[in-house]
Amino acid sequence: MEAVRRTVLFDQQKALGARCINFGGWEMPVQFTSIIDEHRAVRTACGVFDISHMGEVFVSGPKAFDWLQRMLANDLAKCPVGGGQYTFLLNDRGGVIDDLIVYRMAEDNFLLLVNAARIEEDVSWLQKHAVDGTTIDNRSDTMSALAVQGPDAPRIFRDVFQCEMPARNTFVAMEKCRGAVIAAGTGYTGETGFELFFSNALAGDIWAAILKAGAKPCGLGARDTLRLEMCYPLNGSDLSPDRTPLEAGLGIFVALDKPGFIGREALLAQKESGPPSKLVALRMTEKSPPPRAHYPVLVDGQTVGETTSGALSPSLNEGIAMAYLPPSLAKPGQTVRIDIRGRHFAAVVEKKPLYRPSSARAA
Amino acid sequence: MNVPDDLKYAETHEWIRVDGDTGTVGITDHAQNELTDIVYVDPPKVGATVSAGQPAAVVESVKAASDIYSPVDGEVVEVNESLSSEPALVNTAPYENGWLYKVRLANPSQLDALKSPDDYRAQIG
Repeated sequence: MEAVRRTVLFDQQKALGARCINFGGWEMPVQFTSIIDEHRAVRTACGVFDISHMGEVFVSGPKAFDWLQRMLANDLAKCPVGGGQYTFLLNDRGGVIDDLIVYRMAEDNFLLLVNAARIEEDVSWLQKHAVDGTTIDNRSDTMSALAVQGPDAPRIFRDVFQCEMPARNTFVAMEKCRGAVIAAGTGYTGETGFELFFSNALAGDIWAAILKAGAKPCGLGARDTLRLEMCYPLNGSDLSPDRTPLEAGLGIFVALDKPGFIGREALLAQKESGPPSKLVALRMTEKSPPPRAHYPVLVDGQTVGETTSGALSPSLNEGIAMAYLPPSLAKPGQTVRIDIRGRHFAAVVEKKPLYRPSSARAA
Repeated sequence: MNVPDDLKYAETHEWIRVDGDTGTVGITDHAQNELTDIVYVDPPKVGATVSAGQPAAVVESVKAASDIYSPVDGEVVEVNESLSSEPALVNTAPYENGWLYKVRLANPSQLDALKSPDDYRAQIG
């Protein structure tokens, strides 16, 4: 068992009262004061999350573009320099190894922002398929990252950096705070906001500056309820090597017309035959305990699937969940029941997302 | 953390207040503070038999569902109905309006095995 890891901001976060949990091998704040308060801060003002556990993998070289077009499921040709794109690393079966954002730093230089628990697996998968003319540089250990999210984020960006926040799905590479900072208009909450990537040495100063500008420190608990309201998938829960992006309802991030990427054949076959299940959003329609992951979902008394994520939605004050269901049941309006400790509570399949943020980051 | 002097405590962070042959059970201030944001309480059923050290109720925070263990054996004679509409009472008044259930003690000598306030204070540091 590997030792639990900590980000360089750990001591500063502990001093603010952070309660920590193990997340993908990292000891990370799950909350500072209250998940509900932190959730609401992001929906109504601004919150800051330490996401330094996530992985930064740079891929560069004259063959980098062509090679990544083979490795990644989305079409990189549609991602200009200065842009970011949500995409997947797939296995040969079309299953999800990881979902990630690729930032195009230059024509032949890319930053892959990958999930913490998948860094080693992603890098070894990339290395296994590496070709001459590409360099894979895993800088996850030397880089830190923050996500600053909420309607007040543009003002905070101006206060800290004296320039405008990058537009959605774009980024800028800046010299700020005595170092190189990549600032991207991306996030995992549905709100407007930005994410910052920089060397570990800058983390303390930037974290302090963002707090001073008024962002509330937030933990992974709120990050999870925020993303679930948006129906953004969490790899390892809603995505897995045994499920394809088509099953997860994320087909728009897969360029099936792009030849030759890993997993394409399996996806084409699945598209032809129809996916065996679909990831749906569920909302409880009667008072119940909060739904959580791995609760059975029933229709007419028969188990038809199980939840992959679930929570009490702080914005809606209702239980919400996601589950893979047979396609015939994966339609908004379909009523189901969720088995919570042996009792069956009514829920309904809803359109995604379950919540629409006022600061409208949602597509 | 508040640890009232007139209660007995279980190592698993429940308290019991004894009045005659009946005990009122709840979770401690320390426990509610650790859980934070309690959003749902699943109490036992009135008439149910609970056993010392066995799960009797479930308290759910935003993040997790936590089993609540009965400090004693007995029959549940009342549950706190107000928690169904106001589960946060467990956070705001863990020793008063946030109580969970009342139990008729089957074996009062079990109370001797529970912790004194001082022992519980030492446990939670």
